[in-house]
This record gives sequence, structure tokens and C-alpha cells, in this order.
Amino acid sequence: MSVTNNDTFDVLAPWQLSTHVSLRDEAFGALAYHHDTRRLVFLKSRELVALVRELSAFESAHVALQSLVPVDQYDRYVAALKTLSSSEILSARE
Amino acid sequence: MPANSSLRDRFERGLAAPICLTWELTYACNLACTHCLSSSGRRDPMELTTDEAKALIDEIASMQIFYINIGGGEPMIRRDFFELIEHAVSRKVGVKFSTNGTRIDEEAAKRLATIDYLDIQISIDGVDAETSDRIRGAGSYDAARRAMDNLRAANFGQFKISVVMTRESVEQLDEFEALARHYGAELRLTRLRPSGRGVDVWEDLHPTLEQNRRLYRWLLDRPNVLTGDSFFHLSALGQSLEGLNLCGAGRVVCLIDPVGEVYACPFVIHDEFKAGNVREGGFGSVWTNSELFRSLREPGSAGACSSCGSYDACRGGCMAAKFFTGLELTDPDPECVFGHGETALKAKRLTLRPSSSPDHSRRIPVSISSR
Repeated sequence: MSVTNNDTFDVLAPWQLSTHVSLRDEAFGALAYHHDTRRLVFLKSRELVALVRELSAFESAHVALQSLVPVDQYDRYVAALKTLSSSEILSARE
Repeated sequence: MPANSSLRDRFERGLAAPICLTWELTYACNLACTHCLSSSGRRDPMELTTDEAKALIDEIASMQIFYINIGGGEPMIRRDFFELIEHAVSRKVGVKFSTNGTRIDEEAAKRLATIDYLDIQISIDGVDAETSDRIRGAGSYDAARRAMDNLRAANFGQFKISVVMTRESVEQLDEFEALARHYGAELRLTRLRPSGRGVDVWEDLHPTLEQNRRLYRWLLDRPNVLTGDSFFHLSALGQSLEGLNLCGAGRVVCLIDPVGEVYACPFVIHDEFKAGNVREGGFGSVWTNSELFRSLREPGSAGACSSCGSYDACRGGCMAAKFFTGLELTDPDPECVFGHGETALKAKRLTLRPSSSPDHSRRIPVSISSR
């Protein structure tokens, strides 16, 4: 199992939904399944799902958050993205 | 990941598609395990054809069902077994399949090792031939061990050793752990259910209350041992075990049988829990529109458990275990850790127990040769 970018989440770096992950919309948000680690992860809001899907269109997670998320919720979403990167749902974009 | 309660409520109302879809590929089996959930043995002449099976896989892929759990019968008996699993994997539908291992010779092991997104569970029911063969038949334990040896020799990677917890096997937990370590395998423990032929052996083989308590503590100490959420009825003892800790029947899990019938879960192959057939309009419409599944997604009543402080932990336990022991679905689980299930069972001694609807058991005893 890969352990790259597990411990740090650089909000100023470019991120994307990992190519090993399938995302399925559900009423509560989405289910994400990592085909290599076989881990199932729950995304518990539709706003978070929209952000994750859009990440690859922005030069960094920071810019994506500025564009898509209310200012007062910035920290909350950074924490959510950090969790997703630690379970390899997100991967750093080259 | 432990689900918080709001997420669990969501799951109880059902999902767009199952998280865990079990598909029994065939009723044919070369063994005749005494606890077989699907009463397997003989192939059913109406089993899905290769084309129908592939179309079903395509629909599963389009519903974004991430992986399927394939079982049987013995799935490797189907001649198109490799064709089907390779079709699934090519559609990015992961495959986890359960096997008795008898068909995993050196050649099959090498082929399996080339397939991505494939997990294999090899079943044994004791850590030695004597214990395991009492349930699974003469020669079955050695055959399973040969399969494990072949997978290791083929560098398959990590496979799973799957064990049903009986009154005997539950006494061998540490030995199973050592066996898994020996192979670099994962250990997977599941609950003995009174389903299929299991209805005949459950009373004698299900773990005692004291054994269940020990099992619970053993599992708490080993979050890496897989259980498929099997033992959520034990979570009433305190801290929740790993998993969603709810009855997923018709909500997050279901079963497709070899002839395309859809049942609420792998443990309730019975007319009462049949939701429809994939041959009539596809799987998706059964999942979404079945009246049975819709009713299972309604908020349930705690029934006889409503005065118990632990209902939120165990949710009254397993629907199948209640049904096939003759209890009402609003009764406590027959293995309720506080003994309420045993009390309920004693009160219903004369109740006729339902038996599995389709029975594909063979009429003559079988044994496999130990080549």
C-alpha cells in the first residue's frame, strides 16, 4: 500500500480525485471507493462532493476553496480534504 | 470506518445502489457443507447464461457498484467463471469471491494472480482437518490448504481465510490467526446463521453466550480481522465492533441467486424475502422499486427490544437469524448477548420453523478425493 502524501496536506498544491477512486452520488453526499486499498469512504455533504469533483480544475486546493466555499467554512473544508488525502481518495497532481 | 448515527440513519433508509452485492453464481457444488446458506449442491437448469451474466455485470458497472461478492455453490465450477470475473474487472467492478479452493490448482492460481481488483476468500471451518471436515466433508480441509499453497506459490498476494464461527471453531481463534500469519493472509470470521442447511445444525453449532462474549473481546482487540459486519449483535456488550453495525438487508446489501432472483441479503434465500428477478427489467429496478425493499427501508420498530438500553447498539440483531429460528422480526436476536433471544425461543418451542425455499442439496452424500 502506498504511503505517499499521507501525513501532509499542502493546501497550496494542486490536488485531484485519485484515478484509483470511484465516486458514487448518494442522498447524503457520496460514497468513494479506492480500488487499490479497497477502502470505502463516506463524503458526508453534497458541497464536499462538488468541491472534490472540481479540485482538478483549479491550480491549488486553496484556490478551489476560495472559489467554491464560504469564507467562514474554509477551515472545515481544509480539514475534510486533509482526511480524504490521508485515505488516498485525493492525490497530488503532477 | 465507524458510522456516526446520522449516517447510519441514512443507510437504514437505503442507498442508490448496494454497497455490498452478493451474487451466487451457481447452486452447483462439489462439497456439501452442513451449514450451507444456499442449500447448494445441484446446478439449477435455469441459471443465468453467460450472456445474461455479462449483461448483469454491465448493469452493475453502470450503477457504480464498486465490487461484487461472488459465491455459490462453488463459483469456480461454472465453465465461464474466468470469463465472467475478467469481464467484471474490465468494467472496473472489483470481484471478491468465496471458494472452497478445490479448483485452485497451480494453473488456476497463476491465472488468478494476473487479475487486478480480485480478492479471494478460501473457506475452512476448523484449523485442522478433523474439525473442518466435520462440517465441510472429508478431504475438504487438505484441498483448501493446497489452494492456499498454490496461491502463495503463484505470488497472488494477500488472500483471505474465511471461517464460520461454530461452537468448535470459536475455540481455535488464536490458531486461525497464526495460520493467517503463516500465509500472510487476512483472517475473516463470519457468523453461523440458521439459513439454508444451517437451519439443521444451528442449534448444536452456534456459539454459546460465553463463547460469544469471548469472541467479542477478541475482535475488539483485533480491528484488522474482517467480519463483514457479521457480529453487530455483539456490539450490545459495549463498544461497537468495526463496521456499520446495522442490518443492511435491502438497504445496503442484497443477494442475487444463480437464477437471477434478488433476495434482501445472503442469509434469507426464502420466498418471503424475494424482491424480484433480474430477468424482469434488470437489477436496478428491483433494487429501487421492490415493495419488499421499500418496506425494509422504513424506520423499524424496536419491538420486544424497545425497553432494552442496548437497542441502539445492536438494533435488535439479525433478521435472518430470527426468521429461521421461528422468531418474529420484532423479537430479540436468538443470540442476544443478554439472553433475551433464548427466552423468546423457549416461549416458542412449538413454532414451525421456516426452511429455505429453494433447496439444491444433493440426495447422496459426497466426498472429494484427496489427490
